[in-house]
Amino acid sequence: MDIPYTVKDRPDTGLYNGKLGVWLFLASEVMLFGGLFSAYIFLRTGVDTWPRGADILDVPLATLNTLFLITSSVTMVMSWASLKLKDLAKFKLYAGLTLLLACAFLVVKYFEYTHKFHVGLFPSTNTFLGIYFTMTGLHVLHIIGGIIVIFYFWMPGSKMWESDPERFTNRIEIVGLYWHFVDLVWIFLFPVLYLL
Amino acid sequence: MSTDHHKESFLTKYIFSTDHKIIGLQYGITSLVWLLFGFMLMMIMRYQLAYPESPIPFVGALLGESGILPSEMYNSLGAMHGTIMIFLGVVPLAFGAFGNYFLPLQIGTIDMAFPKLNAASYWIYFLGSVVMVIGFFVPGGAANSGWTSYPPLADIATMGQTVWLFGMVFLITSSLLGSVNILVTVIQLRAEGMTWMKLPIFTWTQFITAFLLLLAFPPLEAAGILQLMDRLVGTSFFMPSGLVVSGEILKYTGGGSPLLWQHLFWFLAHPEVYVLILPAFGIVTEIVANNTRKPIWGYKSMVYAMVFLGFMSFIVWAHHMYLTGMGTSIGAFFQTTTMIISIPSVVILTTLFLSLWGGSIRFNTPMLFALGFIPMFGIGGLTGLPLGLAAADIHLHDTYYVIGHFHYVVAPGTIFALFAGIYYWFPKMTGKRTNETLGKLHFFFSFIFMNGVFMPMFVQGLAGVSRRLWDGGEIYAHAADVLYLNEVMSVSAWLLGLAQIFFIANMIISLRGKKTGEVNPWGATTIEWTDTTSPPLGHGNFEIVPNVYRGPYEYNVPGADKDFTPQSEKG
Repeated sequence: MDIPYTVKDRPDTGLYNGKLGVWLFLASEVMLFGGLFSAYIFLRTGVDTWPRGADILDVPLATLNTLFLITSSVTMVMSWASLKLKDLAKFKLYAGLTLLLACAFLVVKYFEYTHKFHVGLFPSTNTFLGIYFTMTGLHVLHIIGGIIVIFYFWMPGSKMWESDPERFTNRIEIVGLYWHFVDLVWIFLFPVLYLL
Repeated sequence: MSTDHHKESFLTKYIFSTDHKIIGLQYGITSLVWLLFGFMLMMIMRYQLAYPESPIPFVGALLGESGILPSEMYNSLGAMHGTIMIFLGVVPLAFGAFGNYFLPLQIGTIDMAFPKLNAASYWIYFLGSVVMVIGFFVPGGAANSGWTSYPPLADIATMGQTVWLFGMVFLITSSLLGSVNILVTVIQLRAEGMTWMKLPIFTWTQFITAFLLLLAFPPLEAAGILQLMDRLVGTSFFMPSGLVVSGEILKYTGGGSPLLWQHLFWFLAHPEVYVLILPAFGIVTEIVANNTRKPIWGYKSMVYAMVFLGFMSFIVWAHHMYLTGMGTSIGAFFQTTTMIISIPSVVILTTLFLSLWGGSIRFNTPMLFALGFIPMFGIGGLTGLPLGLAAADIHLHDTYYVIGHFHYVVAPGTIFALFAGIYYWFPKMTGKRTNETLGKLHFFFSFIFMNGVFMPMFVQGLAGVSRRLWDGGEIYAHAADVLYLNEVMSVSAWLLGLAQIFFIANMIISLRGKKTGEVNPWGATTIEWTDTTSPPLGHGNFEIVPNVYRGPYEYNVPGADKDFTPQSEKG
């Protein structure tokens, strides 16, 4: 006996298990970042002065990073769509591009961080920098997690395409959902930390 | 999973198993060990409270030359008692063990939706519990800022606090995996015909509990990350400006808020209360219906009350914080929501009471524990009402009254329900029966001594004795009249510990006994008892996965040939 609905949708819910699972996981993630955004609001309203993000942080670099992530979300969808069209080569291309863009994001972030440290701005310098490093740092951890999973499906994991193409396509859909969430978190982080 | 019965090694069958029943047992045994350990910590503390500054027998040698429990150590034991009982004991037992083992059986599926994640959930919990205990061996001892870890104290506490935070990250991850698994299993894997309003109450409670864990734990993880940043990187999220400790201004930039921690912490910890109590409701409901041999009175109102309870539990958290000066209008809001949330709790308890009415009750061991649960939870719940109102709470806050209140909910409440569940489902897990005499001795002694421990706390608390006092209030004049109760409580606690020997002996004797071969010894209606191979169950649970045709509690249906009609019976 196999566990039902691992690949096919359950008729009355219209979902397969993994997809529902990742949506619930993302609900939990919303609460995690929601807690941090609430903490940000709480801390900011509790003090008299709060620096303007743009005065300390590098807005052009962050804009570039936003472009990287949004584009990576598009390529992620394209990789899934390619599998739906039964085109593994195209999938490899788009998933590879997603990885490239994600790594580009990390490189830019690396330069941002090291520049801050270089000019003596640390998480302990003030609460604004503290929350900036905490939230973007946690986001970077999510990016790294995404890179590991996408890389796995890009190289060794793609063998499943031969044995069970439908399940493999589902897996890419699930990774995609996660990746869009990580992208979305950045779209909130960017204005809140850099612009407001 | 395959149907062919290939031989498995001990390691894959019992240690790294992905079978929900084995994982349930792993959770169960581990959490029972932690419950005992957490209780032992308290038995040590109770000696210091009853006989302040006298050497502690048996374990005194471990505490240093004098054998007296040092005050720093007392703080550590207190913090770890709370942490271990809640996060390593009761929740893993109620949710991890019972949920894993019985929920898939009750909804008629062959396993959880994600068996590998399930195994990962257990092993991450196990690692988390090991990390928690490592705390005892780092310089300065285990976490000593209370199980609530309030900053700024927790920010500047010894290294044990950092270990505690890392332990919590493991436990939160484990509970995330477990709750996603339970939710997907209930939504996706219900057997043919098992519609939402045919779900047994136990499954409903696990389902709502899973939602609470899924959504309430992450804010604590956020808070934990912020506290780790404070402790390791030197940020000051929870450090106010100009904090002075021992006459010196701390080297933090300041600008943070200790109140922020309390908000994030209680945003978890209030739903956590319902995580502790909801599975207990579920277990007790199953047993009450089974042993009164009649349907639960008000199944639907119970389900709606539980859903409402789960929802409301997210908007009452600040009633733990009336003394923080957060403002009267916020206080008014949280007092109102707190009064509202008592309504569904009363609905649930009332349905249980009314379900007893007119039943021909079988007083077996599980039923005794279930019957014990109802009034004990009632006391716990009713004594909570004054704490929900700021005017009374300002007097009672941080006194032994609060300790008495929540222990009545969790100890003779939830833990009685968990014992009831163990006795009730023991034949399902092993194919054997427990010894009724030992079970009843276990119940009556536990019942008496539980009250002996917790009832005097109300008296002390109303007299104004604070919690977390190393000497039990000896130096305070206002405590002098009620100080004798410390000894009453301590002796009761040790006797309560001895009473658990009946339970351990019962488990050992019963496990060594013969299989009875009965598939449905209690004459129960829910499908974990029907259409199965004779227990204990193998892989796959059911020979043929049953279809469900009727509600979960059809006892004594008029015109039926026996006094119970299983859910899987047509007609």
